[in-house]
Amino acid sequence: MVAQKVTIEPVTRIEGHAKVTIHLKDDGSVEHAYLHVNEFRGFEKFCEGRMVFEMPSITPRICGICPVSHHLAAAKAADEVYGAPAPRPAQLLRELMHMGQVIQSHGMHFFELAGPDLLLGFDADPAVRNVVGLIQSNAGLALKAVNLRKFGQEIISTLAGRRVHPNFAVVGGVNKALSAEGRDYILSGVDEAIATLQLGLKIMKDWAAANQEDINKFAVLQSGYLGLVKPGNALELYNGQIRLIDRSGAELELFEDSSYLDYIAEHVEPWTYLKFPYYKKLGWPEGVYRVGPLGRLNVSDRISTPLANEALKEFKALNPGHPVEQTLYFHYARLIEALYAVEQVRVLLEDPDILSTDIINTRHDYKGEGVGVIEAPRGTLIHDYKADEHGQLTKVNLIVATGHNNWAMSTAVDSVAKTYIKGPEISEGLLNRVEAAVRAHDPCLSCSTHAVGQMPIVVDILDPDGNTVRQLRRG
Amino acid sequence: MAKPKISSDWLCGCAGCHMSLLDIDERIALIAELADLRSTPITDLKEPDEEGVDVGILEGGINNSANEEVARKMRERAKILVALGDCAVFGGVPAMRNFCGIEEALKRAYVETESTDESGAVPDDPELAKMTRARALQEVVPVDVHVPGCPPSADTIFHVLSELAQGRRPELKDELLHWH
Ligand code: SF4
Repeated sequence: MVAQKVTIEPVTRIEGHAKVTIHLKDDGSVEHAYLHVNEFRGFEKFCEGRMVFEMPSITPRICGICPVSHHLAAAKAADEVYGAPAPRPAQLLRELMHMGQVIQSHGMHFFELAGPDLLLGFDADPAVRNVVGLIQSNAGLALKAVNLRKFGQEIISTLAGRRVHPNFAVVGGVNKALSAEGRDYILSGVDEAIATLQLGLKIMKDWAAANQEDINKFAVLQSGYLGLVKPGNALELYNGQIRLIDRSGAELELFEDSSYLDYIAEHVEPWTYLKFPYYKKLGWPEGVYRVGPLGRLNVSDRISTPLANEALKEFKALNPGHPVEQTLYFHYARLIEALYAVEQVRVLLEDPDILSTDIINTRHDYKGEGVGVIEAPRGTLIHDYKADEHGQLTKVNLIVATGHNNWAMSTAVDSVAKTYIKGPEISEGLLNRVEAAVRAHDPCLSCSTHAVGQMPIVVDILDPDGNTVRQLRRG
Repeated sequence: MAKPKISSDWLCGCAGCHMSLLDIDERIALIAELADLRSTPITDLKEPDEEGVDVGILEGGINNSANEEVARKMRERAKILVALGDCAVFGGVPAMRNFCGIEEALKRAYVETESTDESGAVPDDPELAKMTRARALQEVVPVDVHVPGCPPSADTIFHVLSELAQGRRPELKDELLHWH
């Protein structure tokens, strides 16, 4: 018998553009499974020649799920290029907008994506296992979920007049101050958002207690972790130093974002359009690490807001003194971060500078290059620009959040395939597991291309002549 | 009368148009009442029903062979095809790639970028989609309804969906056709 190939096509539509192929050995066991990210747009090249100040408007079109991350990373890099640091009130307002995005994105991911899996079960009928099914089965919870996402989106639109692709941050600051009414409007939603997230945490913990075995078996990966921190290793999402720890939890590096090239390099494989960042000093693939909610909580020792800090302590107790490795705990980490983001909204809104109109720095000290780094919901996002003396871009380099987790997602898919495919028979359960392996990392495959729902999956099992001998469909 | 079936999908876009769709907030429950939401990124079904759907909605333009296949299948199966957002309507931001060319863009991303190591080479596995010129949806398949905007506002999308769900062709004018 000759080796076979299995194609799992998440039929791109949702992820946008990913598929899995599984290469089988003669005896039907798995040789290797590949996650192909199947889209390429080319922002790094086609932005050359554009003006630096346009980047906060162009780059959000990389991803409509976390456009604010690109908007702000671009603005931070542009501040550097023009030598125009944003005044404090503008920094506060940008961070506030960023919190809005973290709340909407994490909220949507937990309740509208993972929620159906957690509440209705991984193996529930796909016809009901979605947000509409959730509306039908638990209207109260679904409404809370919708309102949580709305709260985050409303912060963005209060600041910028629109929700998706806001136009707010500009070189040296922001283009509009916050009004007292705007502040009060946002503040009025804080308590409800906190309550919803605490409910989410309860759902998560109950689910974890009932599914320990799955959690401990499913795609548990050893890797380093990377993310921004405030001084004292407190969780930071907007502006800080980059901290990298190894798989045991020991600190490898703590560095300024502008020197990222000294620490991070990217590996390329021919079978995917998504590159693989790694820690340069350890090399590829020794230096792999993970980012996103799990990565950030692993590199943080504390959180600056009280409720989230309490939740973090409980989280840390899962593996005292060491990083939490279970991939399914991304969901748990995500909720704790969202709780921090809501608490941080209140902190920012109560800052005496938040209504200040000192929101833009027009005194430029032109540098011609700049790096902007931010924690996008899915992980560390890096924008690096070089420009000529007119502010026209000559070089653009982007490392998107999902890229850092590429190794982890690919490895998880491979390990799940190897665990669940033992012979020529391929079970339906495999489809869910492979999907879950990718989705636990919350890949923004739009930033490379992302899922708002479940991936419908087709598995074609081909004979050596390329004929389909069996097809499994889920969706 | 059976509820009209609606399917949606995304091609070369950024998911922002679907996010704007979700921005109709609690009105999503109304749409779910009026229409039968089939395969979409927010439900859990596969591709559009083989026996066809009443309305197919596509976000994003077409910049590779995989996008092309998805667009053709949606066109075949949908009675009314909607191009949602600037990318689908005229190519949008991703069409900026046409100015520098595919080869140059690939070379920059996978070989020349400062962070890329010596393994750098343009990915060329046969499993990967082939990149093409970035095109508007209508350059590849006939489109019945165009909804511009980047993204179109949630109100505009709600109007379009509720009209289509009630068997009418949406008319876009005034505020609903306003670029913010
Ligand atoms: S039209 Fe705008 S929002 Fe819609 S997919 Fe294109 S870039 Fe994203």
